[in-house]
Amino acid sequence: MKTKKWIPNVIILVLVLALYVVLSVLISANIINPYYSGILTMVCINVILAVSLNLATGFLGQLVLGHAGFMSVGAYAASLFTMYSGLPQIISFPIALLVGGLVAVVFGVIIGVPALRLKGDYLAILTLGFGEIIRVLILAVPFTGGAAGLSGIPLLTTFTYVFILAILTVGIIFAFIHSRHGRAVIAIREDEIAAEAAGINTTYYKLLAFVMAAFFAGVAGGLYAHHIGVLDPGKFNFNYSVEILIMVVLGGMGSITGSVIAAVVLTLLPEALRGFSEYRMLIYSIILICVMLFKPSGLLGQYEFSIARIFKRLTHKKADAEKEA
Amino acid sequence: MDILAQVLNGLGIGSIYALVALGYSMVYGIVQLINFAHGDIIMVGAYVTYVGLVMAGVPLWAAVLISILFCGIAGVLIEKLAYSRLLKKGAPRISLLITAIGVSIFLQNLSQLLFSSSAKSMPAMFPNGMLELGALQVSSNTLLNIGTSIVMMIALQLLVNKTKIGKAMRATSEDAGAAKLMGISTSSTIAFTFGVGSALAAVGAVLYCNTFHQITPYMGGMLGLKAFVAAVLGGIGSIPGAMLGGYILGVAESLTTAAGGSQITDAIVFGILILVLLVKPAGLFGKNTREKV
Amino acid sequence: MAVLETKNLGIAFGGLRALEDVQISIGEREIVGLIGPNGAGKTTMFNLLTDVYVPTEGSIELEGKSIVGKKTYQITQNGISRTFQNIRLFKDVSVIDNVKIAMNFQMKYSVLSGIFRTPAYRREEKEVEARALDLLKVFHLDSKADDMAKNLPYGQQRKLEIARALATNPKVLLLDEPAAGMNPTETRELMETIQLIRDRFEISILLIEHDMSFVMGICEHIFVLDYGKIIAEGSAEEIRNNPKVIAAYLGGE
Repeated sequence: MKTKKWIPNVIILVLVLALYVVLSVLISANIINPYYSGILTMVCINVILAVSLNLATGFLGQLVLGHAGFMSVGAYAASLFTMYSGLPQIISFPIALLVGGLVAVVFGVIIGVPALRLKGDYLAILTLGFGEIIRVLILAVPFTGGAAGLSGIPLLTTFTYVFILAILTVGIIFAFIHSRHGRAVIAIREDEIAAEAAGINTTYYKLLAFVMAAFFAGVAGGLYAHHIGVLDPGKFNFNYSVEILIMVVLGGMGSITGSVIAAVVLTLLPEALRGFSEYRMLIYSIILICVMLFKPSGLLGQYEFSIARIFKRLTHKKADAEKEA
Repeated sequence: MDILAQVLNGLGIGSIYALVALGYSMVYGIVQLINFAHGDIIMVGAYVTYVGLVMAGVPLWAAVLISILFCGIAGVLIEKLAYSRLLKKGAPRISLLITAIGVSIFLQNLSQLLFSSSAKSMPAMFPNGMLELGALQVSSNTLLNIGTSIVMMIALQLLVNKTKIGKAMRATSEDAGAAKLMGISTSSTIAFTFGVGSALAAVGAVLYCNTFHQITPYMGGMLGLKAFVAAVLGGIGSIPGAMLGGYILGVAESLTTAAGGSQITDAIVFGILILVLLVKPAGLFGKNTREKV
Repeated sequence: MAVLETKNLGIAFGGLRALEDVQISIGEREIVGLIGPNGAGKTTMFNLLTDVYVPTEGSIELEGKSIVGKKTYQITQNGISRTFQNIRLFKDVSVIDNVKIAMNFQMKYSVLSGIFRTPAYRREEKEVEARALDLLKVFHLDSKADDMAKNLPYGQQRKLEIARALATNPKVLLLDEPAAGMNPTETRELMETIQLIRDRFEISILLIEHDMSFVMGICEHIFVLDYGKIIAEGSAEEIRNNPKVIAAYLGGE
């Protein structure tokens, strides 16, 4: 029996749509109150951040310690765009998100070119430095509101926006990974020297994957800014970068499914365990070390949830049953 | 003359970077790991000194000694608990880096829980006075920093080049597999290297306390970053390189501040790192090594 | 005409001259051996040919064009591909993807095309799938196409590495100790495979090997390296009877 290839795709589309409809209905009926819908928005933003960081850290194999830094440049760029472009908001917001992503890309290139031409772990230290330095720069330049923060950002981020963009991010990165370009990126993680010997331009692909990750972090920053309405340079600190990293590590480096699940759980869990907030980073650090020591591939490893596989299994079972009958 | 005074001042602060950079460089030289937790060891050293000197009221020499011993032992323990298992099974580099970051966050947050996140102020530890060097005025603290760093560097050079354990360190760094076959206990050599690096960081911590009089749980972050830049600038793995890198960085910072750019000194340091990686990634004294295939 | 030719090739590490004045020449569809005692500089030679090291002197020409100063990946794209002494596969990647990765540079579709699954993406992916499977069939690996490379037994990992090197459509294939760790049966099989590769893909092969019966049995021309210099070259027969070679291997006069 021949499995029709489009069926799993349709199932995924239907499931995603159903999830969207259910959640939006619950929100508009106020069953999910604004407080919880705010958390839902943060879940989606963190999904974008975790999945994009996974591209750089899980698939490319380069440790990035300044994802929140890319988020912050995206956030400021996007906010300044909606505040000063003078375009009607319905047009300016999507452009602003794109601008946020592109500005993050520019910074990604500045960091990535010196670090990624070289073999070794320079990207980790450069991104760590970037995450710290960008705060200083935001305080130093005149148009960011300085230490007081940037306020008066129009609240344009709706649930529909974050949901669609989270799904798009997951879809785009998934498709990228399963193209020839994604294979090249994974080859570099596996063995950079062998990848080069196989004709892969490793510098190009390292930069490509890293900059893509920065782009989505920038977009996530734009969504965040227009969700909260004020930007405080202190928000995008090292701890936030680590929180995103732990989503990737815990979920499984190289598993998009794992990143999504970890992003959802690790956004919801602290809300539920507010009493433990002062121990949160301490617990995170112990989790990081323990995962590396005992299950370095993370909880899901490189496993991906696949409707196609489930579908295949079901249809095979059915076929077997029919054969037996 | 004013510039010269700033340069001296910079050398004083650069000496602290240099001491931290030595630890980065030694560890990187032997296991090719950027030990992110190294900056936080300084913080540990500072707090141990604080506990000894201010809370327990022990004499200065004892507080310093305890701090150095404590950090040395902490360095060995961290290596044994967090890294050695990964090093033994040849785990991918990224696993080691993530572990190092984990240790760094752990130390920061542990000390925040123990001592709260607000800054603690340190009393002056050594008598400080202005010395006249010709037309130049130098604080004795600056000279203390510079002198200590030079003594430490020489001691370290002797340790690495003249002693048996130093030979083991060089052999392990050259080829761990071969060193093992020659009967060198590479795992205890690596642990020893961590211990020495951390003890040096404690010396740096004492100088830091004596210079800045304020400590926080997060002080190791930026300090560690700068020391790492110093190590890369000098050529990672090279002891004199780490020293020189520290001095250059300290002077660059002090001159930037004097020129009215105190807000962006951190950014300047970072710019230096980018520049070094672009122009001379092996650093001033570094060897150009390529992975064996 | 020679496909690959080096002249006065040399490299020094610090003061140590690892290779000196090396001239080798490999003809079309020739199987050439590079032998010599341990530490003679054989793998260094491969590393020079693929820009892992940059020569301090001399030239390397592929079909008459210099490749010195080109990046490793460019050299591969120009037609020299290699295997490694210690197998370097993409371990956590499927067998077929190991091969497809080496075909990456022959594919054209863009990043966006890959993301949006355009017809170009579909067509090229279909092509590459078929080509990769064909290549795996040559090595009897097609039934394991979807296995992880790390789960293959040792002998098959060696074969997969050769298949991956061939996937780049090389003009010259460099094999670094292809028979290392193989039993006599596997070695014999490998000899046949190498001859088959040469005939089927019409390429030249330069190989490093310690197993003398292997080298003598398969190579049409042999170069002998000792202390970084070529001390002899010629057919298997000539090399076998060359007193310099015998001295180099047995040590002393």
